[in-house]
Amino acid sequence: MFYREAGDFKTSYTADSQTFPIKFDRYRYYAVLAVAFGIIPFIINDYWANALLLPFLIYAIAAIGLNILVGYCGQVSLGTGGFMAVGAYACYKLMTAFPDVSMFIHVILAGGITAIVGVLFGLPSLRIKGFYLAVATLAAQFFLVWLFNRVPWFYNYSASGQINSPERDVFGIVITGPNASAWATYLFCLIFLTLCAILARNLTRGTTGRKWMAIRDMDIAAEIIGVNPLKAKLTAFAVSSFFVGIAGALFFSVYLGAVEVGEVFGIQKSFLVLFMVIIGGLGSIFGSFAGAAFLVLLPVVLKVVGVDVLGWPTDIVAHLQLVIVGALIVMFLILEPHGLAQLWRVAKEKLRLWPFPH
Amino acid sequence: MLDNAEGYVTEDGRKIGGVVMEMKNITLRFGGVVAIKDISFDIREGEIRAIIGPNGAGKSSMLNVISGFYVPQEGEVWFHGAKRPQMRPFEVAQQGIARTFQNIALFEGMSVLDNVMTGRLGYMKTNIFQQALWKGKAESEEVENREAVEKMIDFLEIQHIRKTPVSRLPYGLKKRVELARALAAEPKLLLLDEPMAGMNVEEKEDMSRFILDVNDEFGTTIALIEHDMGVVMDLSDRVVVMDYGKKIGDGTPDEVRNNQEVIDAYLGVSHD
Repeated sequence: MFYREAGDFKTSYTADSQTFPIKFDRYRYYAVLAVAFGIIPFIINDYWANALLLPFLIYAIAAIGLNILVGYCGQVSLGTGGFMAVGAYACYKLMTAFPDVSMFIHVILAGGITAIVGVLFGLPSLRIKGFYLAVATLAAQFFLVWLFNRVPWFYNYSASGQINSPERDVFGIVITGPNASAWATYLFCLIFLTLCAILARNLTRGTTGRKWMAIRDMDIAAEIIGVNPLKAKLTAFAVSSFFVGIAGALFFSVYLGAVEVGEVFGIQKSFLVLFMVIIGGLGSIFGSFAGAAFLVLLPVVLKVVGVDVLGWPTDIVAHLQLVIVGALIVMFLILEPHGLAQLWRVAKEKLRLWPFPH
Repeated sequence: MLDNAEGYVTEDGRKIGGVVMEMKNITLRFGGVVAIKDISFDIREGEIRAIIGPNGAGKSSMLNVISGFYVPQEGEVWFHGAKRPQMRPFEVAQQGIARTFQNIALFEGMSVLDNVMTGRLGYMKTNIFQQALWKGKAESEEVENREAVEKMIDFLEIQHIRKTPVSRLPYGLKKRVELARALAAEPKLLLLDEPMAGMNVEEKEDMSRFILDVNDEFGTTIALIEHDMGVVMDLSDRVVVMDYGKKIGDGTPDEVRNNQEVIDAYLGVSHD
């Protein structure tokens, strides 16, 4: 009824290639932005920020990053946790070395440093593909965690081996440390997520994205039409690691505040983000959001239902959580291998015809 | 090089220019197998040049040498009057040589439009930062190239499937999309590896018409491999015949048709 393109004629190629070609979609997007920026900051409290919103925002950034590498360029990576650790430690070193610089710049620089590291570990992708590349990135994961554990310079020779996020601000508003307020940390992460999503969308709809997808779909044909495989793969690693690094920096400095690298950025984190990308939908920016929301939200919902509604003991609910999340993932992959994004696309196809399906 | 600059006029009055590409004594071996043995031939500007031969004659290998996939052990490739150094396939593409494949090599996960747009990669000059910002240079470049791509989409009559994912298309249309992608690059030399394989008569006629139109309207030089003798003899200006990696004939369709060696290769020789 509302969701249709009839009568919405495109008269220029610019209008035809915009992100939301359908009017209803466009307004929905503006509405979501308005709520996220204009309403939620006023009603947010610490519980909602820490249990739901911050992890969702940060994982969504990481998922967008990994989706560029796996979903768009077809290079499997199991090193996401390691690269997030690079972002976190880069951010920590910058925060302690330059306390007066805005957090904004620290986080972006941390992303940049991660991009460089990502390119280095992406070099094997020029020779190896698929599972073998996955194993090579696994090496990156273990090496990076080992490095941050063993070289005291990275954690400023602290006795515990942990890194703690000192109090830093943006334009006088405290973002990190115990005194940061929920709305400020939320807005800070939201701004980064919005920027990352827009950048990712711009890259994937243009020439760079086409090069990546060409490499993903058929690398021989990509080379024959003039794609330099070396450049295409390394830019994918760079951009992907940039986003993942930003996510790591935010995860450490804004969300957790204190990090022990093996615990927080271990192999589980790599798998978690990979699950988000696969469940959300490979090769879809929206899918990254959906996957992050699904895996962040689901445990919380299950806990609320189990403990608060049904009144079961906490430990049983915690175990059931793992079982249910695991079962849902398997079910999902069987029923809709292309993820939530595909479900969304199918729903949109149906909506276009509703209420007259023929 | 005797008459390089000159050229000739075909029966139907098209002017054929000088030599664009020259293969000199190409030999290609895979271990002990000799795929191509000491073959020389040239391709002239504006010409439709066919390479024919029985299965396993080395035709596709020849095309792969031209497009840089295989590096011949001996021999030289001359392009536009200069010897070509050893190149990766993407560098060959950047020189203005486009090709299609025997078994379609499209990007299955992308729409028809995106597939054809990849043909324009050589014309995209913005860097990754400009593209990340999108507004400004990257967007105007996208629109410019979209216009060029739309011309090719019109030309090959695939407007109706513009936004369809390639994986949903039938075989004949995929072949056409692949041709559109190669043409979008506005190549100087177009290599077609069995453009009509697996098509019915009607589709073959369509494809033949497109090939002639491309040559006629854009003046594109075309080298093609094809098994359908009727099509080859009708379309091409000159034909190279290969058998077991050797060149056994070279000339106009009529000359080739009457060449005893070619007849032997195709029909077999009686041994009595």
